[in-house]
Amino acid sequence: MQTRQPIVESPNGAMELSNEEIARYSRHLIMPEVALDGQKQLKAAKVLTVGTGGLGSPLALYLAAAGIGTIGIVDFDVVDESNLQRQIIHGTSDVGRPKVESAYDKLKDINPNVEVRVHEEALTSENALEIFEDYDVIVDGTDNFPTRYLVNDACVLLGKPNVYGSIFRFEGQASVFYAEEGPCYRCLYPEPPPPGLVPSCAEGGVLGILPGAIGTIQATETVKLILGIGEPLVGRLLLYDALSMRFREMKLRKDPDCPVCGENPTVTELIDYQEFCGIPQANAAEQENGVPEITVGELKTRLDNGEDINVLDVREPHEYEVANIGVKLMPLGELPQRLAELDQDEYFVVHCKTGSRSARAVKLLQDAGYENVYNVKGGITAWSEEIDPSVPKY
Amino acid sequence: MPKVKIPTPLRQYTDGNPEIEVGGSTAGEALGNLASEHPDLKQHLYTGDGKLRSFVNVYKGEEDIRYLEGQDTEVADGDEISIIPSIAGGRCR
Repeated sequence: MQTRQPIVESPNGAMELSNEEIARYSRHLIMPEVALDGQKQLKAAKVLTVGTGGLGSPLALYLAAAGIGTIGIVDFDVVDESNLQRQIIHGTSDVGRPKVESAYDKLKDINPNVEVRVHEEALTSENALEIFEDYDVIVDGTDNFPTRYLVNDACVLLGKPNVYGSIFRFEGQASVFYAEEGPCYRCLYPEPPPPGLVPSCAEGGVLGILPGAIGTIQATETVKLILGIGEPLVGRLLLYDALSMRFREMKLRKDPDCPVCGENPTVTELIDYQEFCGIPQANAAEQENGVPEITVGELKTRLDNGEDINVLDVREPHEYEVANIGVKLMPLGELPQRLAELDQDEYFVVHCKTGSRSARAVKLLQDAGYENVYNVKGGITAWSEEIDPSVPKY
Repeated sequence: MPKVKIPTPLRQYTDGNPEIEVGGSTAGEALGNLASEHPDLKQHLYTGDGKLRSFVNVYKGEEDIRYLEGQDTEVADGDEISIIPSIAGGRCR
């Protein structure tokens, strides 16, 4: 049944399944593609899931249920209310708990036969190789570019497959980056986009179900690699559009000039991925081009004192509907066309959700000749946390 | 005319359109026309000196144009050009 070299060799007689396990895995055992040997391969396998968020949740749940013997989970975050719409490994009663603890309990409940190894730390260039070393397959369920390049490079250096998934709004991508057999993440994306150019899910949103679809594709690919069955997504990028409900597939090629998996690699050890992704540079530039700010506390005091301040909200109307503080709405995109509504001699304070869009609005107004314009630090989120908790935080 | 598939993160610059027909006989021309029709898209596709950004992948059908003739890759009526952006997921940074 095997179509390729399995990532994990069958342990044969060296490993037995208990009667409880045989009953549990019955639907696998009666399929010739898995059968007893395959189930033992799964039990012998060690899989690391990087992140226990949107992608990591369905992924780890299914891998545990499928009988992967050892599952490692890396995360340093705590469960937040805004996670529950998609991160189904965590429940309402887990809010405030470390994600790895909540995930550990859930995985052990689904399948007590699984050894769950907890890595409660951020993945870094210092610890990645040591953590990865012990696993057969690494599954990337991370949420930021520096960690994606780190996961990729560590996998290439160690010769391990990296099962990739990524999501945004209604759209997902999945592939298997396995430099031993095909291209790596850097062959597809040699360089990361500059910070701020590509919106994140925190800014752009994501359909809660989307990571379920992509995460289960990653789990499927992981199991196929371990068993050596079927055709893995090596050299193929699967694109999923939930809105049109279409899957498409793109060919990926190994780049002979790839700096990490190419013929003459220049990256032969892990580097500083924050630096590589331009993050310290962007922070420094932000500091330098910083716009004048006002804290929510100052704003409240000055409004209470009856000062003549025009507060502008530059978020989108659908966000305004969720939460607002009763001020004029002027979405950032409309601002350039609506300057006539704003008197240059007046005093303006601009807010958005967390302060980054409003900083752009302040810059735009300054460039248009407005002199008294201030950015509300932390946006309406800070207002909700520090001034008026009756304003919902979203 | 060839069709360009616009990925979700860039649809805000194309009035929400997921697919746009543009003139042009090469991939480069088609993208150039797309950017002139939707000027806000330009900085997301091209660097300041007019080169296609390195993190923007362009496909004709299911082939990366980097492995065809690059921006000189010929495109014909009905060809599908896809822009495949890098997406990371959750966090701002």
